[in-house]
Amino acid sequence: MAITFDKALGIHEHALAARSQRAQVLANNLANADTPGYKARDVDFQSMLKQATEASQGEGMARTHPSHMDVSGSGGSPELLYRTPHQPSLDGNTVDAQQEQTRFMRNAMDFQASFEFLSSKFSGLSKAIKGE
Amino acid sequence: MSLGNIFDIAGSGMTAQQLRLNTTASNIANAETASSSVDQTYRARKPVFAAIQQQLLNPDQSSGHFRFGQEQGTGVTVEGIVESQEELQMRYEPHHPAANEEGYVFYPNVNVVEEMADMMSSSRSFQMNVDVMNAAKTMMQRVLTLGQQ
Repeated sequence: MAITFDKALGIHEHALAARSQRAQVLANNLANADTPGYKARDVDFQSMLKQATEASQGEGMARTHPSHMDVSGSGGSPELLYRTPHQPSLDGNTVDAQQEQTRFMRNAMDFQASFEFLSSKFSGLSKAIKGE
Repeated sequence: MSLGNIFDIAGSGMTAQQLRLNTTASNIANAETASSSVDQTYRARKPVFAAIQQQLLNPDQSSGHFRFGQEQGTGVTVEGIVESQEELQMRYEPHHPAANEEGYVFYPNVNVVEEMADMMSSSRSFQMNVDVMNAAKTMMQRVLTLGQQ
């Protein structure tokens, strides 16, 4: 009975990667909080995770170049969506700094949660190996 | 690991806000700089911000995370600094050393109240970027402890 890391670690590995990608999108929103005409963006976490797990199960083909066609079917890659503004400003910017910051912090917390799970998976594995 | 990019993004935001604070400081410092002609008078300076797109930054290794044509941005840049074209203030001060033949002196078109508000806005935005950087740092440090008890 072989132990594969993919099976042992489950979804948490992908969750961590997805969280860090989302952190990047949110950080970009915050950096552009004063850029005229900039539209705030975000990803649908659910679809992002779904795609990551599907890719790990060996479905579809890897895209190593941006001009490769997307053949992964309905799962697809996560869409980078535009946020619906609560209060659009006159200069066309749709970033609400406070909201973005809250989301960023929430995302960071979720990242830590996923990390705790992943970390405990590892300590569980090492316990099993040592036979303690 | 895309966490590293956050440092670049937040860093670009900090640079941009710092430049904005710089122009504000320059505007306030020169708010009362009088001169005798329209051409020589100081005009309020404003930075122009624009979002950087990933494609332009590194075209060969753009991230394949998102669907094609949905390039994710990577921070903010200052495209340039423009001078305000608002009308200058013309004051009648015949005893001023820089007064012209008719006794008028030109003062810059700097609105000090506006500049103060701009200063607060940019320092807040700067702080926000620092917070983002700190959060990313904590996330990265957590990752480094993976596997340790």
